[in-house]
Amino acid sequence: MATNAMAHPLQSIMMEHDGKSAETRHLRPGEVSTGTTIMAVAFDGGVVLGADSRVSTGTYVANRTSDKIAQLHDRIWCCRSGSAADTQALTDYVKHYLGQLAVETGRVPTVKIAAHLMRRLCYENKDMLMAGVIVAGWDPVDGGSVYNIPLGGTCIKMPFAIGGSGSTYIYGLVDSDFRDGMGKEEALALVKMSVSHAMARDGGSGGIIRTLTVTEEQNVREYIPGDKLPFGP
Amino acid sequence: PGQSKAGSLPAAMKTGTTIVGLVYKDGVVLGADTRATGGSEVCDTNCEKIHYIAPNIYCCGAGTAADTEKTTELISSQMELLRMNMGGAQSRLATACTLLKRMLFRYQGQIGAALVLGGCDANGPHIYQIYPHGSTAKLPYTTMGSGSLAAMSVFETGWSEDMSEGDAVELVKRAILAGIFNDLGSGSNVDTCVIRTDGTVTTDRGAVKPNDVAPLRARINRSRLMTITPGTTAVLKTTFTPARAGVTLADVTVTAMET
Repeated sequence: MATNAMAHPLQSIMMEHDGKSAETRHLRPGEVSTGTTIMAVAFDGGVVLGADSRVSTGTYVANRTSDKIAQLHDRIWCCRSGSAADTQALTDYVKHYLGQLAVETGRVPTVKIAAHLMRRLCYENKDMLMAGVIVAGWDPVDGGSVYNIPLGGTCIKMPFAIGGSGSTYIYGLVDSDFRDGMGKEEALALVKMSVSHAMARDGGSGGIIRTLTVTEEQNVREYIPGDKLPFGP
Repeated sequence: PGQSKAGSLPAAMKTGTTIVGLVYKDGVVLGADTRATGGSEVCDTNCEKIHYIAPNIYCCGAGTAADTEKTTELISSQMELLRMNMGGAQSRLATACTLLKRMLFRYQGQIGAALVLGGCDANGPHIYQIYPHGSTAKLPYTTMGSGSLAAMSVFETGWSEDMSEGDAVELVKRAILAGIFNDLGSGSNVDTCVIRTDGTVTTDRGAVKPNDVAPLRARINRSRLMTITPGTTAVLKTTFTPARAGVTLADVTVTAMET
């Protein structure tokens, strides 16, 4: 508590920041966190998803080469941040529901449906989950779409989305560099560059950059090793 | 054990532990130390931390000893039933991993089992790491337990792709020894288990025994009175009666069924 005589009138209700990010604040002791920087950008004809590869328990890196981009359906993927156990379980549920839906309806599920299924699980179990996900992909109805589902279970469709503890460091960067109507190569370059910058400044992000480019024809996975990042170290 | 004052419960027996697993050219090698602690006391100097799951799958366990033992036993039983129901098809690592992670997630971390699952199946050799809250990762090499940092430093310098079996087992032993000597929660001996893609398994309990007390105890000069050889007391008669006589049909009275 401040003892300064010139304290601001609102001092008593201002909360001091303890340095922990939203994702790591409520983790139980021993729980594994995807500290993370995750990102997805829509372009004309598809989306690019990107993520770092660090998974930490406290200050120890449990897995330095993890894959945070999970498949929900043929052309629908999601980036995971928050508790590793919670997001793996969520991904498994949504993958199961989408598979069932595809069989029952006989058509390819849309990214909107995937995002809303994810949102339902995240919102209705919000008191027990620590999960921030970005659902992105291509479908024949809307083309490339990106849906951001942060902690709490909001679901918002956006041209691009960033998430995870490292995202706080690159809001300004992506806001200034993103342009509407980018092509595939530009979107990929933006993702690689932004995630690099976040990894350079965020302790919870690191390792390698994994990217995934989703178009009607195919999913293309790439990775950049930690010593070849566009922006280092 | 672990009691600090009268009336307090003893601490649950935990395996402080160093457990490791790695993939090499022809399979996987699992390794573990053998110390089990209850608080700061060593409850068991030679416990077994490499658990059987299936003929081609073994699992190292760190955390609460009862939880790792019972969880692996349960999943091993489920896998056997699955093999029976599926016409004897060989078990797969992904199945064991999914069964374990679904159960651990359901219990939201209350089951303190951190596991290194390893084995060979139709898709080759695999190593998985499984955390108590239910998250998993598939890796070429991994370490878990309180000694994992010491062991991981050995792996990070020594592991390479397509190692020979000799090199792989040596590396595993060195990693566990690093945990034994540098971590208070780990100690005693090194156990190893090699599971090869050709289906053979070699378990080596006590592969390395750097803390063996037997030579020290042998050097203690005990008085002759302390050692009593068999035959000192004369044996007059020996009889052996089995605890339960065999039951035959002759002992059973058969009554016809009422129709």
